Amino acid sequence: MWKSGKPEERTAPAQPTVPSFEPKKEIRPMEPFKQPDNFRAADVANIGKSVIIKGELSGSEDLFLDGEVEGSIDLADHNLTIGPHGRIRANVHAKDVVIHGKVDGNVYGTDRVELKRSAVLTGDISTQRIVIEDGAYFKGAIDIKKESKPAASTVATSVVKETPKAFAAAASFEPSATPQVSFAEEKKY
Amino acid sequence: MASVTQNLFRLFRGETAAPGDAQQATGKEARAKRHSSGLAEFTKVIAGRENLCILDLGPTSPQNIALLTGMGHRIYNEDALLCSFDPKYQSKNEDGSSSVNIESFLSENLKYQGEQFDAVLAWDIPDYLHESLVKAAVARLATVMKPGGVLLAYFHTRDAGPEAPYYRYHIAGKDSLDLQRGPQFRLQRVFNNRHIENLFREFSNIKFFLARDNVREVLVVR
Repeated sequence: MWKSGKPEERTAPAQPTVPSFEPKKEIRPMEPFKQPDNFRAADVANIGKSVIIKGELSGSEDLFLDGEVEGSIDLADHNLTIGPHGRIRANVHAKDVVIHGKVDGNVYGTDRVELKRSAVLTGDISTQRIVIEDGAYFKGAIDIKKESKPAASTVATSVVKETPKAFAAAASFEPSATPQVSFAEEKKY
Repeated sequence: MASVTQNLFRLFRGETAAPGDAQQATGKEARAKRHSSGLAEFTKVIAGRENLCILDLGPTSPQNIALLTGMGHRIYNEDALLCSFDPKYQSKNEDGSSSVNIESFLSENLKYQGEQFDAVLAWDIPDYLHESLVKAAVARLATVMKPGGVLLAYFHTRDAGPEAPYYRYHIAGKDSLDLQRGPQFRLQRVFNNRHIENLFREFSNIKFFLARDNVREVLVVR
């Protein structure tokens, strides 16, 4: 194959159609998950890894989500952390979005989106700031929004925090009522 | 002994330094610097323009995303090579060899609106893609690129050898790249200039840059 005798002749592959290795399986590194230093369990709702939700998930407090969600997630001015066991098939709308697990859907982070090295995201990202760790898998588009006035955002957050609501999960599928930002096509779950 | 042999092969291939001997070996995954004339030309084309749609077909590179979004562009990322090895696109032929279902692959990958992209970073993906996918993938890229859009691709020369390692390309500057060893994909073939011209015959212009490390850089204009 690599003889240089016929320089203008296209070289046939050594094994024309069979790669010499097994097809790549999607194996993501699963590191011990550490909560951030400023993490306060009392302020953050927690959905464990055995929980499966189908429908519209909305709330007005920060959320750590380690389970499965199919539908939509809307936390408006609050933060969402998708844990390493999180499996999301939904469009996500939150202030800060940190992804350790797998997301299939568009992510709209009004402030920041962070993909950790174990993250697998298939969908578009729209945010003001983005952090992607080396090793994260991403398939989609990234649109960086220009920053809006931060003062207004802060005020809105503090007001909402005084009236926390429980997360609501509908038993059946309902498409998200929240308009989502997408560059190609809106994903429906 | 193995390292001596490897060094001899590097000399034979014309490499001045092994990627593993990276200057920036500060992290656990060392990277090597590499000059790229093709990238310099690519950078010239997109310089001074904003809101371009750029498609990066390599593995997710935080460095590329940060740089290109920082320049005001919208970036799309799709690791086309990794996707092509998804078992759902693979099938076995009667002779035991494997093949890729092109229609199935293209129905879920490289699926964009027509004439959407101003620039495409294809890196050396065509060298590692399955034989049956190469023409179809390039034809699809031709449809999703705007007229006048540019595509940067790298092709190994024969001297690179079948075990030429697969690298992830991170843009380090207007004419320089950081090379990081990627998964063990195998070089599927070697294109000569005529094959490359045929491959991009739907495009209006093609420019070649021959690098010292047995890589032929190509900048193609839609």
